[in-house]
Amino acid sequence: MTRIDAKFADLKAQGKKAFVAYVMAGDPDFDTSLEVVKGLPGAGVDVIELGLPFTDPMADGPAIQLAGQRALEAGMTLDRTLEMAREFRKGDNTTPIVMMGYYNPIYSRGVDLFLEQAKEAGIDGLIIVDLPPEEDDELCIPAQKAGLNFIRLATPTTDDKRLPKVLQNTSGFVYYVSITGITGAAQAQATDVAPEVARIKAKTELPVIVGFGVRTPEIAQNIASVADGCVVGSAIVAELASGKPVSEVLAFVKSLADGAHRA
Amino acid sequence: MNDLFNSFMKGPDEKGRFGDFGGRFVSETLMPLILELEEQYEHAKTDETFWAEMDFLWKHYVGRPSPLYFAERLTDHLGGAKVYMKRDELNHTGAHKINNVLGQIILARRMGKTRIIAETGAGQHGVATATVCAKFGLQCVVYMGAHDVERQAPNVFRMKLLGAEVVPVTSGRGTLKDAMNDALRDWVTNVRDTFYCIGTVAGPHPYPAMVRDFQQIIGKEAKAQMQEAEGRLPDTIIAAIGGGSNAMGLFYPFLDDKSVRIIGVEAGGKGVDEKMEHCASLTGGRPGVLHGNRTYLLQDDDGQILEGHSISAGLDYPGIGPEHSWLHDIGRAEYVSITDKEALEAFQLCCKTEGIIPALEPSHALGHVMKIAPELPKDHIICMNMCGRGDKDIFTVARHLGVDMGGLV
Repeated sequence: MTRIDAKFADLKAQGKKAFVAYVMAGDPDFDTSLEVVKGLPGAGVDVIELGLPFTDPMADGPAIQLAGQRALEAGMTLDRTLEMAREFRKGDNTTPIVMMGYYNPIYSRGVDLFLEQAKEAGIDGLIIVDLPPEEDDELCIPAQKAGLNFIRLATPTTDDKRLPKVLQNTSGFVYYVSITGITGAAQAQATDVAPEVARIKAKTELPVIVGFGVRTPEIAQNIASVADGCVVGSAIVAELASGKPVSEVLAFVKSLADGAHRA
Repeated sequence: MNDLFNSFMKGPDEKGRFGDFGGRFVSETLMPLILELEEQYEHAKTDETFWAEMDFLWKHYVGRPSPLYFAERLTDHLGGAKVYMKRDELNHTGAHKINNVLGQIILARRMGKTRIIAETGAGQHGVATATVCAKFGLQCVVYMGAHDVERQAPNVFRMKLLGAEVVPVTSGRGTLKDAMNDALRDWVTNVRDTFYCIGTVAGPHPYPAMVRDFQQIIGKEAKAQMQEAEGRLPDTIIAAIGGGSNAMGLFYPFLDDKSVRIIGVEAGGKGVDEKMEHCASLTGGRPGVLHGNRTYLLQDDDGQILEGHSISAGLDYPGIGPEHSWLHDIGRAEYVSITDKEALEAFQLCCKTEGIIPALEPSHALGHVMKIAPELPKDHIICMNMCGRGDKDIFTVARHLGVDMGGLV
């Protein structure tokens, strides 16, 4: 049982929805980013998605693209991202960390070495956007064997015929992408999302968390009410990019978490 | 005789791999789309009516077959091997790109797609896509790096005249790689009505194989024309490589002809060294995953993609088609690089000896011909792919030669 499995079991027992927050590791610099990450559980975040910066984030909108560029310019690397997780773990041994990013930095490191290092750093799961089920042999299966969850994205284009393939090697939770599009673009609509979440839940016991297009406490509440929880990324990253102090960013995160938890 | 059991022409496998290269490294949103594309392409490939439409348009709209031309004065000047040029620069729109675009747009129409998107570097693929979209009355959006918009202004205007919307891409360094990222972002957003017309033999399966299949008309024609001209196969075939579609098109029909030496020429920029101011993915990169496929990439030690450099916008791409990576690793093809300076020299020599203004992309292939032809015997036959014409490049060349165009009259 990973920290992710334990967290969702705990939330279920409390009858609570999950609030997942995404931040880009190292944005705008290592110290500020670490301060934000350390503050997330206190702001009500149940699961942390830690972005691994990449030069070519093909599924991301401008907010997360720019966050990645800022992090890379400030010297962020895969090693420093793992270091950030390790630092966080010194003060928090229960909040799950999911590393989210693209495959090339991991492939470049070498899958086996990466998994060993990620596990040791206290990473609990992976969301790797450019690894669909067709490429499961690359990282998904080795990650499960190493005891890390591999969280898959299901999307509006994942039809009933394809859904079992998407769910087959997924663990931890299922991340439902609310829109066809990139992060931070269109707004998620609870009326569209509800039947899709029901369709997925009919085929899996795993929690279904909804992300993309969730940017206000109200949307967070609406979306969480029709799923097991929601994710906010771009809106948090944009707050940080606007130059607000960490305390204000965390207050914004808390308002989002409160919204989701009201659901 | 071809040895069917050891053929180099059987790839890719059912996972879209050429050896370890290729694959389908895309987000889940796009996965059902590329599976549908694969299914539709597999169907079209064996459909005679599909190829009949292609053949008709290749002949009457593009102007195929393109000539195979003996470059006599260039041959005399170099003093060695006989140099032939496959004249794909004479195609409608001025480059080989339209061979592939026609195939993809006909396929898009069969699939009922109404909106076409494309990425472009030098603008040749964008112009070809805008052209065929105009012909069929389809909406066309072309993503082009802001840096390339500036250095390829004539092609930008051409696309606009043809009714396309040109979107300058400012993310990254604003070149071909970034244009491809934004095209993928568009596709993931507009999944229902949009067809992504990729301009090279890269991207997720089935694109590398499909684009190669549409471009292999170059090699098929060259083979037959060389038979007619010389009664035999060429000894060496040479083509420039950015993503590698003109090269794959020329190379593919010759892969099982073991006597034919195959040479791909990458953009050496300012020199292939540790400063990485080049676009030579095979000679200066290592395998990685980008834009849907595993292939050789320019990247740093941490797996971050590097921006290349080339005088030629069409070669300015940090990756290369996966089939080239495979041909490189198994040793069936050789890959070399030519610098900006060498390409500029070849550009000028071609103008003066043959009355042909080549694009900067095939000028790289010519640059290598200039290197090897003098040392080869006079009965050695080289066939290089003159994949594009240089009208679009005269401003860039003038700038590099220190010529003020306003002061010429």
